[in-house]
Order: sequence, then C-alpha cells, then structure tokens
Amino acid sequence: MYTASDLRKGLRIKIDGEPYIIVEFTFVKPGKGQALYRCKLKNMLTGAQVERNFRSVDTFEQADLQEKKMQFLYASEGKYCFMDSETYEQIFLTEEQVGEAKNFLVDNLEVEVLLFENRPLGVSLPNFVDLVVTKAEPWAKGDTVSGNTKPVTLQTGYQIQVPTFIEEGEKIRVDTRTGEYLTRVKG
Amino acid sequence: MNRITAANLWRARGKNIPLRNLILRAIRLFFLRRHYLEVETPYLIPAPAPEIYIDAYALGGLYLHTSPELAMKRLLALGYHRIFQICKCFRQGEKGAKHLPEFTLLEWYRVGSNYISLMEECEAMLASVFGRIGKEKKLLYQGQAIDLSLPWERLTVEDAFREFAPLSLGEVLKRDCFDEAMAVYIEPHLGVKRPTFLYDYPYHPGSLARRKEKDPSFVERFELYIGGLELINGFTELTDPEEQRIRFCEARKLREQAGKDPYPLAERFLSALAAVPEAAGAALGIDRLTMLAANSDHIEEVVAFTGEEL
Repeated sequence: MYTASDLRKGLRIKIDGEPYIIVEFTFVKPGKGQALYRCKLKNMLTGAQVERNFRSVDTFEQADLQEKKMQFLYASEGKYCFMDSETYEQIFLTEEQVGEAKNFLVDNLEVEVLLFENRPLGVSLPNFVDLVVTKAEPWAKGDTVSGNTKPVTLQTGYQIQVPTFIEEGEKIRVDTRTGEYLTRVKG
Repeated sequence: MNRITAANLWRARGKNIPLRNLILRAIRLFFLRRHYLEVETPYLIPAPAPEIYIDAYALGGLYLHTSPELAMKRLLALGYHRIFQICKCFRQGEKGAKHLPEFTLLEWYRVGSNYISLMEECEAMLASVFGRIGKEKKLLYQGQAIDLSLPWERLTVEDAFREFAPLSLGEVLKRDCFDEAMAVYIEPHLGVKRPTFLYDYPYHPGSLARRKEKDPSFVERFELYIGGLELINGFTELTDPEEQRIRFCEARKLREQAGKDPYPLAERFLSALAAVPEAAGAALGIDRLTMLAANSDHIEEVVAFTGEEL
C-alpha cells in the first residue's frame, strides 16, 4: 500500500482496478492549506494519459506486474501469438501492445511478456536479436568509402541502415534498444 | 522543466549560494535601517501552533518549530515593537519543486501596523532587495518578464475566483475544496505580469489572523505571489486570547480527527497574548525569494545541500 507521499515519477499504482504509471508529478501546497499531489498518469493497458490530483489522505495499491518467459510463435492479422515456456499456454497480444518490438520478433524468439493480473501489457526483448536481410540493393563495387550505409529490409519488414557490404540473405545482429545494426552474423 | 542532473545542480548552486547571501544581507540592511531588532528564538518548542495541514517533527518530547510565530509574539507582549528573525523552519512531508521540509523563513512583526500597511512594507523591502541585486525594474522568471514598478497589484481572494476560476469562492468553500481550487485555478495566474497581493482570506481553523470587522467570515490576511510563487504570508494579528484559544482548540480537534498529534495547547502563549498590542506580521520564504532572483524552477538549486545529500 502506498500513501500520497510515496508518489513519484515512474511509480506504478492501481486505480479502479487498472495499472497506471506516473509520468509527471508535482507537489503543490498553499502555505496554510492542504497538500495536493498532481499527477499525470498513463494507463498501462490502454496507453491513455489522464491527470489526477491526490490528497495526503489518499492511499494506493501497488500495480503488481509479472514478467513471464514466453516464446513468440507467429503473427497473424495484427495478433501476435506467444507461448508460455512452462505451461505451453498460448496468449495473443495486439499490435499496439507489442509496439516497437514487432520489428524484431522472429519465430521462436524468447521474450519476457509483462503481465498485469494475467492481462498482457507488453513485451521486453533480449538486447540483441539476429535477423535475416530479405531485401538489399547489391553492393556497388566501386563504393569504397568507409562509413557509408544503405537501407535494407529485414524478415520482419523492418527497414534499417547497414554497411554497404551487407547482402540479401545474410544474417545481421540488431540492438533492440536502439534499433540499430550491430554486426554481421556468419553462418 | 529542466531535468536536475548533478552537474546542472552544482552549476546552479555555484551561482545561487552567493546570490542567496546577497539577498540575506540586503534584507538585514533594510530592517536595520527601519530600526528593527534582529532576534533569535528556540527551534525546539513545547507547543507548536496547531494547524490541520502543517505537521511538526516531534523530537524528545518537544517539537521543531514550523515557524517562529508564537515565540515572536511573546516578544511583542514583552514590549518589543519591531522585530525580525531569519531562521530555519521544519515541516514534515513538504517536499517538491517549491518545498523543502527544512527551509529558511524571514519573519517580522511591527506594532501599530495592520495588513494594509504591511503590504506596503513588503513592497518597500522587496524593492530594496531586488534593487541591490540589480533587478530594479524587471524580473525575468521562467520566461516571464515581471514588472516590478510600484505599487503592486492587489486582488481579493473573492475577485480572484471571479476572474480565474470556473466557480465562485462561495461554492468552493461549500464543497470544501478551497486549497485544491487555489492550486489549480488561481495560483498559476498570480504575480505573472506584476507581483500580486492576494488578500482577505476566508477564515480557517487555527488561524492567528484578525477577523474582518465588516465580514467576520474573512480574516485580514494576504499572500504575495510573484511569478506564480507564494512568497509572503502576512496578516493583522489576532490579539484576543479567548478567541485564539477557541481557534486552537478547533484546529487541535481537527488534527485529532485526522489521526494526527494535536500538540499540547500553547498555554503560555495564550496568556501572553492579552499583552500583545495591535500589530501585524509577515513571513517570507528565503529559498523561494532566491529562486525568483536566480530564475530557478527548483528549490534544491538555491540551497547548499538538502539533508538527504549529506
């Protein structure tokens, strides 16, 4: 249980049964008056932002989030299917819930799915994922200027800048935190 | 808002610590020239003034004072006529961009004065302080150019609600959301183009201000706002011990109902109050004044350290 004085940016609390994260927080108090805790909150299920003012007497339940190891199985019609690595139970996430992670989801990838009371909120990826280049302009032999890059398309449809020597069909390693090319993967 | 990083913080403090000292010296000079006596009173006291929303730290059977008000009025009762004090005050749970649980207060009292003449003294004092730090005419605060030419704006609380809030002061009081409405609708507009004295506050339990003769549901109290910052609280002092006792009991009851320490009743203060002549007094937040002068939006930038950093 939290009280209003525990409120701070980044804290996750439960309001009306839904998980919220505090994105902005201001303590306001007229000299002789009652303290007011002004918060901007983001609903972690819907992404909607709301503004709420709390008083010192207000108390909050912690939004308990769990992370579960799951395997990505497939995507179909905007639904992303994951399987619990322990129970083999399958769940579906929407494109919105998957967010940026969709660019790096390859079949059988091990991820952590963030859950709130068994409702999925999002996915956290391993830091590095290997992906196949499915479309690339051939390397112009004359281009020897180092540091030059070209755009290629990966198996997930994600477009990325890579060094000019990368060819179609090759595998590359991508940093999922920055979305940037890291290195070529042999084999 | 600027993100506080360690490097930013120390760069700001490097400028603000000397500025703060300059402000303190200017304040002392102003009051000494007006024949005020600088006094010191204990920080550890047996009975703080009971206020429902101001919480003192308890310490070994005593309390850290939340303001030097009761002790300074004891001095008025003893015959001191013009006194000021610059001291640390302590209020539990107050922490934010404009609040520290340990902060510096300037408090001063003048016998024969009332809240109207006190507003003028606030103007004179701040004009003199701003002048000494090279800000005679204009103050640039958080992107706003605040016109400092005298006299400053005066606005009753009732008129402020009429002007800025979607509901009247009467309705706000009926719904018991005065503080929230002040914070949300009123304060952001105050002192933005020029400093604003907001005055004639509705009575609240525990108040030490005199009631208005014409309408006793209001007290003769003002707050000075500059750039949206609440800087000075002042009022005509209540000198009737019986009424003060009733107000203290009222506030203690509210504290008890809220599950808070009601504090012992300040009996010695109450018996001394009969000897306090007509007077007015005000308190100014030194940290906030430094924020204004330094164009800083965070109170931690104007102190050498916060307690947590040590």
